[in-house]
Amino acid sequence: MATILSVRDLRKTYASGFEALKGVSLDIEQGEILALLGPNGAGKTTLISTICGITGMSSGSVTVGGHDILSDFRVAREMIGLVPQEITLEPFERVWNTVRFSRGLFGKKRDDSYLEEILRKLSLWDKKDSAIKELSGGMQRRVLMAKALSHEPRVLFLDEPTAGVDVELRKDMWEVVNGLKADGVTIILTTHYIEEAEAISDRVAVISGGEILLVEDKADLMRRMGQKQLAVQLTEPIDAIPDALSDYQLEQSGDGHVLIYTYDTRADRTGITRLLNDISAAGLVLQDVQTRESSLEEIFVGLVSGEAA
Amino acid sequence: MNWRAIRAIYQFEMSRFYRTLTQSLISPVISTSLYFVVFGAAIGSRIQEVEGVSYGAFIVPGLVMLSVMTQSISSAGFGIYFPKFIGTFYELLSAPISFLEIVVGYVGAAATKALIIGVLILITSMFFVDLSIVHPIAMLAFLVLTCLSFALLGFIIGIWARSFEQLQMIPLLVVTPLVFLGGSFYSISMLPPFWQGISFFNPVVYLISGFRWSFFGTSDVPVGFSLLAIAGFTALCLGVIWWIFRTGWRLRD
Repeated sequence: MATILSVRDLRKTYASGFEALKGVSLDIEQGEILALLGPNGAGKTTLISTICGITGMSSGSVTVGGHDILSDFRVAREMIGLVPQEITLEPFERVWNTVRFSRGLFGKKRDDSYLEEILRKLSLWDKKDSAIKELSGGMQRRVLMAKALSHEPRVLFLDEPTAGVDVELRKDMWEVVNGLKADGVTIILTTHYIEEAEAISDRVAVISGGEILLVEDKADLMRRMGQKQLAVQLTEPIDAIPDALSDYQLEQSGDGHVLIYTYDTRADRTGITRLLNDISAAGLVLQDVQTRESSLEEIFVGLVSGEAA
Repeated sequence: MNWRAIRAIYQFEMSRFYRTLTQSLISPVISTSLYFVVFGAAIGSRIQEVEGVSYGAFIVPGLVMLSVMTQSISSAGFGIYFPKFIGTFYELLSAPISFLEIVVGYVGAAATKALIIGVLILITSMFFVDLSIVHPIAMLAFLVLTCLSFALLGFIIGIWARSFEQLQMIPLLVVTPLVFLGGSFYSISMLPPFWQGISFFNPVVYLISGFRWSFFGTSDVPVGFSLLAIAGFTALCLGVIWWIFRTGWRLRD
């Protein structure tokens, strides 16, 4: 896979003295979906704004498709589409006009059939002559997306694309994003919904305090950081964990009905067979057994709070 | 140069004008007619002639200039301030265009709108007074240059403004008084010597005088001065815009 976007030691200090980016380096592969996760104020939006040319950088360099975003900004920016976090649209303008304006602004030749295709894909076609202010919030967000796609970008930034969007619309958005990926578009999205990153991203980058904490394949990350839990439900509750089981560091829950065993999926031996044998030997009778994987959210919280660093 | 982007900005701005076409065109026609009723008929009937021209005809160039200057400033200022205000400015900053394309698109559209209104006022005034234009090409050149230079000024104000109040402050507190005191409705020679002297520090005097010369062939100041004044004013605005472009002042954080 070729690198399409390369960020090198990017720093941004605002006039107030606030250091929003403290030397961010990041390589994004062509055609992937990268989820940029981080708490509020981590630098997600600053990073995106700097790459897109909205905010000036203090130092560092960024290239898109090998084109420097400062010295070769016309070619670099033509390749980028941005869906901003806030809904920012001219309220009195018609959908069709505003999307056509965006395409022209990016120097692309007029192509009404392509714009029609986008609007249809985003279920906006029957609203094309509506004024923006007549549309619902979710629809307005789709208009932002249509504007960003109007000039056929190769790299698409989605800054919190599904914030305040209902579940159905969110699923539609994911479908659109997956469709774009199939067309070879590289997608970088920031989100607060970790299940979103979990559902559609290939890789995850975690940013906190203006620094990238890690960039990793989502599945690897979950495997590496992920712990699994085995919940053993007993027919009879117990007051205390028998001494014979003390090595397993079990936790009790559910009025003494449930024993929870945490194990590492990467270990050669998980110890499950031995545990079940020992439980049986201790005279306890099993009613049910469940396993559970830790979610990206738990991993993320662990990372940001420094526990897993 | 991204010509498609310039055209996109220009068309987008003009569509705003067409959308409110009735308001855009009716209000200058009505206000011009009012000026003619008040200044032309009521007051003008007592003044008779200024510099060999009937007072009604004499005020036409000033009236056109007054509208064209305020319209250029307000539409260019609003055009660039509104995207900043509602947040759509991000798109201009992230597009593969330089500041030059943004200026040409917005200033071009604002100047066009002002020019349309200026011509409309001229046509309206022909219903009230007999008007002959001695130097029509020079008249058009003065009109276009004024539209462009004041649209540039409006653009600068729009970039500078952080609120609608600020956006309206400069036109209201600076430009309107300068235009009114710039000989729109009188000849500078009608003033006492002291005020005549003061008036020559008012740049608008030169613009209106030159414009009036293109109509009647007479002027308060030599027409070369007028050309110099408008060229100097345009150069000043371009210089400020170049500086904004170099420094990114009020554009990027």
